[in-house]
Amino acid sequence: MTLPRYVARRLGVLVPTLFFVSLLIFSLQQLLPGDAAVALAGEEHDPVAVAAIRQKYHLDRPVPIQYAIWMGRVLRGDFGESMRNKIPVSQLLAAKLPVTVELAVCSMAIALLIGIPAGIIAAVKQGRPVAVAANVLALSGLSVPHFWLGIMLILLFAVHLGWLPASGYVSPWEDLRRNLATIALPSFVLGTGVGGIMMRHTRGAMVETLGADYVRTARAKSVRERMVVLKHALRNALIPVVTLGAIEFGRLLSGAVLTEQIFAIPGFGKMLVDGVFNRDYAVVQGVVLVSAGLYVLLNLAGDVLAFLVNPRLRGSA
Amino acid sequence: MSVVPTTLAVSVARRPSALGRLLRRPSAATAVGVVGAFVVIALAAPWLAPFDPVATDFGAVRKAPSMLHRLGTDEVGRDVLARLIWGARASLLAGLIPVTMAVLVSIPLGLVSGYAGGWIDDLIMRITDAMLAIPFLIVAIALAAFLGPSLTNAMIAIGIAALPVFLRLARNTVLAVKAEEYVEAARALGGSPLRIGARAILPNMLPPLVIQSSLTVAAAIIAESSLSFLGLGQQPPAPSWGTMLNAAQRYLSQAPWMALYPGLAIFAIVLALSVLGDGLRDVLDPKHR
Repeated sequence: MTLPRYVARRLGVLVPTLFFVSLLIFSLQQLLPGDAAVALAGEEHDPVAVAAIRQKYHLDRPVPIQYAIWMGRVLRGDFGESMRNKIPVSQLLAAKLPVTVELAVCSMAIALLIGIPAGIIAAVKQGRPVAVAANVLALSGLSVPHFWLGIMLILLFAVHLGWLPASGYVSPWEDLRRNLATIALPSFVLGTGVGGIMMRHTRGAMVETLGADYVRTARAKSVRERMVVLKHALRNALIPVVTLGAIEFGRLLSGAVLTEQIFAIPGFGKMLVDGVFNRDYAVVQGVVLVSAGLYVLLNLAGDVLAFLVNPRLRGSA
Repeated sequence: MSVVPTTLAVSVARRPSALGRLLRRPSAATAVGVVGAFVVIALAAPWLAPFDPVATDFGAVRKAPSMLHRLGTDEVGRDVLARLIWGARASLLAGLIPVTMAVLVSIPLGLVSGYAGGWIDDLIMRITDAMLAIPFLIVAIALAAFLGPSLTNAMIAIGIAALPVFLRLARNTVLAVKAEEYVEAARALGGSPLRIGARAILPNMLPPLVIQSSLTVAAAIIAESSLSFLGLGQQPPAPSWGTMLNAAQRYLSQAPWMALYPGLAIFAIVLALSVLGDGLRDVLDPKHR
């Protein structure tokens, strides 16, 4: 199968998925207790304001028509307006996206730096203390509640040592050094979690490739062990890890809700929580919709990457 | 001279049960012990807790750990140890109830989807895909936000968020098992779909669901503490590890013990459940043996 055909086929599945995603997110509104217009009006109990909202969002029309109107707007990039500060949600999303992307990129870099070497060590030195230590580390990274790890790191690096700021965010265009200082702890917190996942997958894939025939052949040809591990085994082991990396990156982009909350990083995650607390439902729907879209697209990117690097997929799929 | 044995010694060693094999692994056995200890603590909270978990004492606000208050007190003088012990109830309930819900819903739906196929399968799977397209915690937060903040709603939200993983797993298992010869045989013998589902397919669905449950209970416990931390779960003053951490964040420099112990508790139980999940997979999943 050729690449364009593969992508077309995947897109064919993606469109209905996104349709159902939008349906789910739209139907969240139906969960609001009582009159949706009153709930959407938030703190304003002025009947005129409530009536205006009812009319604006066509809440007096049947639900399928409400959905069609809502979806029509979303497709034109109109996610409604924030009740709180009367700014279009799309504008808010555009402002938060670079912050979330920066955090996701830094976290991913840390995850790869920790996860892949630890995975290789755990596979090569199976059963030895260093491999056991790598396993324990990965499992801990997966199990530690990230928001708590964040709190503990603030306690150590901000409160006790005073090396890094406890919270807040500075744009890189404003001051790169302070930007890196504010992003360091949250990236580390997120990176350890993803690093644990990467490590376990790298280890699994490495164990498999190290037992493969071509690795035995390489060893029989007395290729140096370092070369066997890094060139012959690792290259092939990285294929599933690449796919997984794209998916995990998508998850990071969808907003590290609690981490952003704890470190007061103004990205998608904090926007979601603020939206929830201000009962700003258009914001909540907008964030969830966009992050789900990004997540689905990165999943697709992961599959395409796997398709490109793995010739075997081309024959079968 | 030969002695004819009066009883025939059975030479075939009985294969130890799954539980036996699980407990023979030191890591899994430790994990079972840790999880068991948390269950006992949660059940025996009224007898174990040294103080009333919601009783305030303004004469003992943010006191460091001492002989009287082993793990210190919080911002309104409540005993941290007592709240930690009672908080185990919220965490374990929020771990078990949503996962039980998800398993109980996913078995019949998975059977229908996998066995019937056709448009029902398509519809159920497309909705599952859509739910999987939104990260677990985001689904839980969005649902909890729209349902309103309470522990019950948080559990419902977590249960719904956990559903698609179980549903897909159940359905895929049904598809795999459906093609097996013994299911063909049962069908050839004229078994009704209900009977085939219950007798031939269901028992094979359980091992993967059990493995997934152990891992999802861990995720659900983290989700509950996250939602409670955000104020969308257990409502104060009722104790939950997440709400304890929320309060602790404001007094980080003055009372670090408030933040330390609830987090360690979450870490310990989630780690134990993850190790248990790995152990269960090794024992129950033939591909990993």
